[in-house]
Amino acid sequence: MVVETISKTPEVSVPISSDSIILRISRFNSETDSSPTFAEFKVPVQKWTTVLEAILFVKQNLDHSVAVRYSCRQASCGSCGMQINGKPSLACYTKISELNSNIVTVEPMHNFPIIRDLAVDFKQMFATHKKMKPYIMREDSELTTGTKEFLQTPEDVEKYLQFSYCIKCGLCNSSCPTMATDASFIGPQGLAQAYRYVADSRDDGKKERLKIIDQSHGIWRCHFAGSCSHVCPKGVDPAMAIQLLRGYLLGFRK
Amino acid sequence: MAWQFYLVIKMRESIIMKIHYGTALGAVALVAIHILFRMTQNFSESLQYQNVIANYHLLPYALMLEVVLILLSVHGFNGLRVILLELKQGIMYEKMINYGSIGAMAALIAYGSRTILMAGIGMS
Repeated sequence: MVVETISKTPEVSVPISSDSIILRISRFNSETDSSPTFAEFKVPVQKWTTVLEAILFVKQNLDHSVAVRYSCRQASCGSCGMQINGKPSLACYTKISELNSNIVTVEPMHNFPIIRDLAVDFKQMFATHKKMKPYIMREDSELTTGTKEFLQTPEDVEKYLQFSYCIKCGLCNSSCPTMATDASFIGPQGLAQAYRYVADSRDDGKKERLKIIDQSHGIWRCHFAGSCSHVCPKGVDPAMAIQLLRGYLLGFRK
Repeated sequence: MAWQFYLVIKMRESIIMKIHYGTALGAVALVAIHILFRMTQNFSESLQYQNVIANYHLLPYALMLEVVLILLSVHGFNGLRVILLELKQGIMYEKMINYGSIGAMAALIAYGSRTILMAGIGMS
């Protein structure tokens, strides 16, 4: 892969000082380019400036054509996942000051098709997520007359709570070494969601979900590298979910 | 033979992986016994022609070697199948890998069994 670097001269004057950094943004248009290039921008930063704010500074003042997906700016929507200095992270949740570097390189997430620049295609991840049937499956309903809410003890909730924090940012899938070579692999996001509902005491769809993940590109292809859990910005532990799901399939858990 | 092939191909991945883990544990135990038997005499002595042949003439030991052969073949070729499936995907490719690994496994077991049998009955 050939990587060229293009330096952009800022249209607004940015003083050269220790309060500025070089932001290297990967540029790639899947319709016109054959390989990505890097564009460099000098960006002023404060100690609270996030990587997303730096990218938005570039968009507003230096090059408005940079493609980036973002929304909430508070690590809730899962839109701004990208490789920041080689590590999959949320741009809105990563302060430049904590990177300890005057050069910050941002690239699109690995293991996803690139739409343009930093924006990647989530189609497959969302399709896999849907395949896991991410909802409570049971015959009766809390809405039916004559029934009441499905009560759970704090211990019941504890079993799946952390997995319900997933914001579908795709960072786990992006860091997964199996996903890098096996495009058909369900991935840590889908598997963690499968566990979230399998472990829910209100759910009756365990058999169905275990059948879905028990296939040649399913749960057994995980090598337990653990990088999915390492990069998750919400503290979800997909690697643990995968091991617990394997327990069900091997008959250690009921 | 064809229906056996079909049965293995249609097997659920969890069953295949249980076999994979089981064969690994079995092979470790039996190979440990095999190594312990080597220690009953001097190592270079245990590799001498008449001593090696004597192993095959002892029926329980020959049976154990046959089981080791089956366990290692099943475990090894399934491991190779998994690696190749992760390397590349596609319906035709995956079918080829699945059938190919079962075929290779069966061929190795047949060839190894033939060797054990021939040595056992003194045809070597």
